[in-house]
Amino acid sequence: MNPKTTKIYLYTRYERFWHWLQMALIVLLLATGLEIHGLYSLFGFEPSVEIHNFTGIGWLMAFAVFVFWLFTTGEWRQYIPTTRKMLEVIKYYAHGIFLGQPHPYPKRKLAKHNPLQRLTYLSLAAFLLPVQMATGILYWTYNSWTSRGFDFLSLQVIAAIHMAGAFALISFLIIHVYMTTTGHSLFAHIKSMITGWEEIDEGVKIEDWERARGKPTQPSGT
Amino acid sequence: MRRLCLLALSVCACSLISFIMPCPPAAGEDEAVGRSMAHQATKSVRNWSTSDHSKHKALHQAFESGAQVTSACLSCHSEAFDQFKETIHWKWLAPQDGSGKKYGKAGDSVNNFCISSNYLNDKKCLSCHPGWEGKKDTVNCLSCHGQQDYNFTEGFEDYAAFSRSKDQEELEIAADIQKDIQNAVQRVARPGRKNCGKCHFYGGGGDGVKHGDLDSSLTAPNKSLDVHMGVDSQDFACTRCHTTVNHHVAGRIYTIPAATDRKSLIDNDLTSKITCESCHTATPHKAGQKPNDHTDKVACQSCHIPTFARVNPTKMYWDWSQAGKLKDGKPYDVIGPLGKETYMTIKGEMVWEKNVKPQYAWFNGSIKTLTTKDIIDPSQPVPVGRQMGDIHDPNARIFPFKIHRGKQPYDKVRNTILAPLLSGDDGFWNTLDWNSALKKGMAHMDQPFSGEFGFIESTYVYPITHMVAPGENVVKCVECHTGKNGRLANLSGFYMPGRDRFKPVDIPGWALVIGSLLGVLLHGAGRLISNSSKKEEETIDEP
Ligand code: HEM
Repeated sequence: MNPKTTKIYLYTRYERFWHWLQMALIVLLLATGLEIHGLYSLFGFEPSVEIHNFTGIGWLMAFAVFVFWLFTTGEWRQYIPTTRKMLEVIKYYAHGIFLGQPHPYPKRKLAKHNPLQRLTYLSLAAFLLPVQMATGILYWTYNSWTSRGFDFLSLQVIAAIHMAGAFALISFLIIHVYMTTTGHSLFAHIKSMITGWEEIDEGVKIEDWERARGKPTQPSGT
Repeated sequence: MRRLCLLALSVCACSLISFIMPCPPAAGEDEAVGRSMAHQATKSVRNWSTSDHSKHKALHQAFESGAQVTSACLSCHSEAFDQFKETIHWKWLAPQDGSGKKYGKAGDSVNNFCISSNYLNDKKCLSCHPGWEGKKDTVNCLSCHGQQDYNFTEGFEDYAAFSRSKDQEELEIAADIQKDIQNAVQRVARPGRKNCGKCHFYGGGGDGVKHGDLDSSLTAPNKSLDVHMGVDSQDFACTRCHTTVNHHVAGRIYTIPAATDRKSLIDNDLTSKITCESCHTATPHKAGQKPNDHTDKVACQSCHIPTFARVNPTKMYWDWSQAGKLKDGKPYDVIGPLGKETYMTIKGEMVWEKNVKPQYAWFNGSIKTLTTKDIIDPSQPVPVGRQMGDIHDPNARIFPFKIHRGKQPYDKVRNTILAPLLSGDDGFWNTLDWNSALKKGMAHMDQPFSGEFGFIESTYVYPITHMVAPGENVVKCVECHTGKNGRLANLSGFYMPGRDRFKPVDIPGWALVIGSLLGVLLHGAGRLISNSSKKEEETIDEP
């Protein structure tokens, strides 16, 4: 019954590197941030603050490089949101997955993300993470608010937004990690983010609209 | 090409970041800026004096009284007494504000230790006044400048007695006494720790009673008690920081802060050295270190003096209402575990503590002390001495304090604090009669007393600024940045990471996290179950 599968090279070396680097940074930021928040003592408060600030700045710089990569390679198109097939994807995860139905939106080189992913990653990369960075920087430069004319800000509010972002990120991480188990096998997706090669069903057709736009059309299934 | 672009972009990113970063001053090598600055500002003391007092003719005369000694000093230091007369050390009065209240020990101000000097009519108080033989007429320069412990009162008396004798032997004794007097007079210098400590270590009638950060342990402290005064460290005398202009010694005077601006010696080389920042600057820590960001709102003392009274105990509570009890018809004392009186018939009940964690409050350097002329509210503890400033005051920072609690007499009809006369024949310590001691005390001050008295609870604060501990003993970040009984738990009105949680975010936040967890668990369980039932179906179908 199972359709034949084939392997495609989905994630370039930089993408994979960036993915795992960012994961490590975010996990470290969360671990130290939550310690600063007073939840537990792991590194100690003072080391946590130092690690958090250092990692935070490091992440910002690395993220700038990622943004540059996105635009120079045109990969940003992978994140253009769409509502087409969104319902099918939702239906699949809410229902079809239990019946063993095939994913309504298989991965392709030119369409790495399904509509739900596109929306999630877009809000992540274009909203949540920048908000986290902006509030982080403001938090970090708290002492120069007066000299920079940011006096209207309140640390309580900045910290609250930063915390809200942290909670959203934890929630994302939980769901994201869980979703990696929904591939052909439990670890298939994780494996592909390590090797770059993703296993997909053979002979699935992608519609034009699914492609990351602006890319030259190529014969599907390559 | 792409690599080049990437490189260029990272450079841009870096410069953007460095623009955003607050620019710290360049630090010298590995040492904290403030430490190098302070070392630079305090080169080792050299003997720069151009004068040897034992060679001065004026100090080789036969002295028969303190007044003569003073005139000998003034014969060279012509302006000294005129200067000194104007200082709080002489007047025991702070500048007045026209309210009709006299501020100061010699005025209407009170505390919750020995309460008042009854306009200096309580003679015991004069033991610390820098006049001769407990009198107020002329200054005793040697109180502060004398380097030899010598009892001049006795010396002059004995000299007077022997020198009038006809007996040759007694005249020789007189000559010896005179030699001792002159020796003591000739041994003068800038005030040392002992000179200041004679009064300031024993304020409130005993060692360590008042301040908590000033007691006899600072006469010759080690570095771990005080990094500046430590004899094995910088060996500072009090005057190294309490610098002097025209005999006015730098320091707080009641409501007048010790310093009104935060200048360091690099801003102004003639500034007083009374604040930490005078020598250490406002960003004393290594460049980029978090503590530098705290100095705008947290005084150095808050972290650098983790506890006070580290060697000798200090008095934390004094309940005058318990005074007067007798045992077998006689006054008695009880000595507590720290070797200090926990009860004295003449003083009441007291509590002593050692290694005390300070209390923290916003402080702009000014302390408001109540007077016998202030109306109080006896329904709650009366802040007899309280720190001024709050979070909105730009000159206020979080500062450590000793809070001395107690119970002291007040006028139940007039709602004012009463000033009993304590020492002397008519004083409470002799009569153990409150009514008469209060009447006498108030009469000395020309102030009314209704005759009805009670005891009110009161508090009196002392800023903690001495006993600066070595770096390794400073208060750790987490002692304040914690939600569990942190040192700053009682300060509100500002957000502090680690201490504060914003519930409207935290509660939904945790709900979201737990919800996500439950969601994926349920979903996963669903997949497991449907998978296994599918397999079963398949095994039925296949054959
Ligand atoms: C994945 C990204 C991040 C997460 C999950 C995160 C999480 C947190 C959390 C939970 C706190 C405690 C907040 C509180 O209790 O008030 C915190 C504090 C803080 N965060 Fe972040 N953060 C992130 C990124 C950043 C970035 C990029 C910066 C910028 C440098 C930053 C700077 C700070 C600062 C300055 C604090 C206050 C404590 C300190 O001084 O270290 N954060 N963060």
